[in-house]
Amino acid sequence: MNFLDFEKPIAELEGKIEELRHLSDTDDLNIADEVGRLQAKVDKLLRATYAKLTPWQKTQVARHPDRPHFLDYVNALVEEFTPLAGDRAFAEDRAIIGGLGRFRGHSCMVIGHEKGHDTESRVKHNFGMARPEGYRKAKRLMRMADRFGLPVITLVDTAGAYPGVDAEARGQAEAIARSIETCLDLRVPLISVVIGEGGSGGAIALAAGNTVLMMEHAIYSVISPEGCASILWRSGEAAKDAAEALRLTAQDLYKLGVIDGIIPEPLGGAHRAPDLAMAALGDAVARSLEELRGLDGGVLRARRREKFLEMGKTGLY
Amino acid sequence: MNWLTNFVRPKIQKLVRPKEVPDNLWHKCPHCGHMIFHRDLEKNLSVCQHCGHHMRLPVKRRLELLFDGGDYQRIELPKTVADPLRFRDGKRYSDRLKDAQSKTGEQDAIIVAHGRIGGVNVVVAAFNFDFMGGSMGIAVGEGLVAAAELAVLQEAPLIAVPASGGARMQEGILSLMQMARTTVAIDRVKEKGLPYIVLLTDPTTGGVSASFAMLGDIQIAEPGAVVGFAGARVIETTIREKLPEGFQRAEYLLDHGMIDMVVPRTRLRDTLIQILRLLRLPGPAGEVVALPVDLPDDTGEESAVRG
Repeated sequence: MNFLDFEKPIAELEGKIEELRHLSDTDDLNIADEVGRLQAKVDKLLRATYAKLTPWQKTQVARHPDRPHFLDYVNALVEEFTPLAGDRAFAEDRAIIGGLGRFRGHSCMVIGHEKGHDTESRVKHNFGMARPEGYRKAKRLMRMADRFGLPVITLVDTAGAYPGVDAEARGQAEAIARSIETCLDLRVPLISVVIGEGGSGGAIALAAGNTVLMMEHAIYSVISPEGCASILWRSGEAAKDAAEALRLTAQDLYKLGVIDGIIPEPLGGAHRAPDLAMAALGDAVARSLEELRGLDGGVLRARRREKFLEMGKTGLY
Repeated sequence: MNWLTNFVRPKIQKLVRPKEVPDNLWHKCPHCGHMIFHRDLEKNLSVCQHCGHHMRLPVKRRLELLFDGGDYQRIELPKTVADPLRFRDGKRYSDRLKDAQSKTGEQDAIIVAHGRIGGVNVVVAAFNFDFMGGSMGIAVGEGLVAAAELAVLQEAPLIAVPASGGARMQEGILSLMQMARTTVAIDRVKEKGLPYIVLLTDPTTGGVSASFAMLGDIQIAEPGAVVGFAGARVIETTIREKLPEGFQRAEYLLDHGMIDMVVPRTRLRDTLIQILRLLRLPGPAGEVVALPVDLPDDTGEESAVRG
């Protein structure tokens, strides 16, 4: 388990529990009691800590390496997943994975950013930072879903689109713009969930959906707190302040009307109980799909467009 | 002290010393370093006559340059929520907004105007880079939505002229949402079969380039304009290498197939007129065809062809 800075007291307690467990080879009842007592304390501490995470702490949780990523969700929730590759123009970009599959019995298209879970897979997936080919593949798969009347589920988890010379040369801006345009043009349901980090244009490229949900401790922002701090505060140190000012938590975004719902995470965050987190996402997506089932394609498209046109009419105050 | 130092020297100095002139009469070209007299610069549309470098053009000058006879009507834009997040860094965003408003005399970073270009009725949405770097927040998004609505209402082509560093960070996620919002807006224009033309000016980056600004039927850029998604500094720190010569400039985008043409400012109006007429007046000259637009006044055919 990787512990975050602010989880130090929790880490210490869990360390103690671990030690005691090693001692308890002899079935000493006193030790079992002590473990139980400490575990209750850990739970209480977790509940207290996670109930009032600051935006900067949420940023760290959202980026936690042990959090379930796109492929974890697909393995847990999608049957017969059939990955489809390539943008048909230049390359296969593994920062964005997509394919056909069966979600709760229904065929659908699933697309999302994959960050990877160890050095090798992180490099393979470019840490979830897509190049134009990734967005062009997403666009191609969304169009395909549209043609076959299949709902689209997108899972967003990216620090942002890849800032590289090659990406710019091949039209990063245009690729993102077309992906957003495609999201907004679909005549099938589009459900988007920010599962970790929703980083700027690279995130909204997949997230202009009929229903946009966020995991409880996910973040979604126009710029990373670090980027914002270096531009406006002229110091990366101010990332904490920038995280506060940007209002990037699921709770604030819900108040702003930018997202439609928040998916609760297990005690202490999705990384402590990935199975529970993934099941909660499955239920929430299924509910959202159910709400849209049977709606005419034109209505789905018009409602989605209307929703984004209306956004930003009110502030937080 | 004598007659020579007190009287003769000042006289001589007065003769040789360049006449004291207000600073703003001469401009230094940031590219070639030549000094350019302000009247020459204005006459040459802020293009250096020595090296052809295109300097940024103030938005009102831009509009004068585009429309027939420099004549256009601005539309009033709906009021939007100012400072929705009560954002504050070293300074309050609401104070930054007020400063920008008093500096520019404008409400926000976009002007929407309509008028005629080559006799064709058009709507133009032009960014004001002097207003917080032309950054796109709710008000700018609202401007593009209004411009698109006006274009649909008037059955007129829409020309967007971005000059923007990207999304306005101080409006947080709501500025990011303008990417989706403006995309819907310009799509409505396209759906009606109306041309949507983008004139990319220096700079067009970030969330602006990754939404409506890259979705034109025809993409035109001014020479040397920086157009791209990620900032050059961000890329340099990511890849830790120097960027290629001319990277993210208009000519680079042209070479990479991202835009249709790079047009010098002096030929911009003529180029636009040609495109607008090709798209809007498709019949041979003099032939009466079904036209969905107002014809130029001199043909006098307008009422006959619009049923």
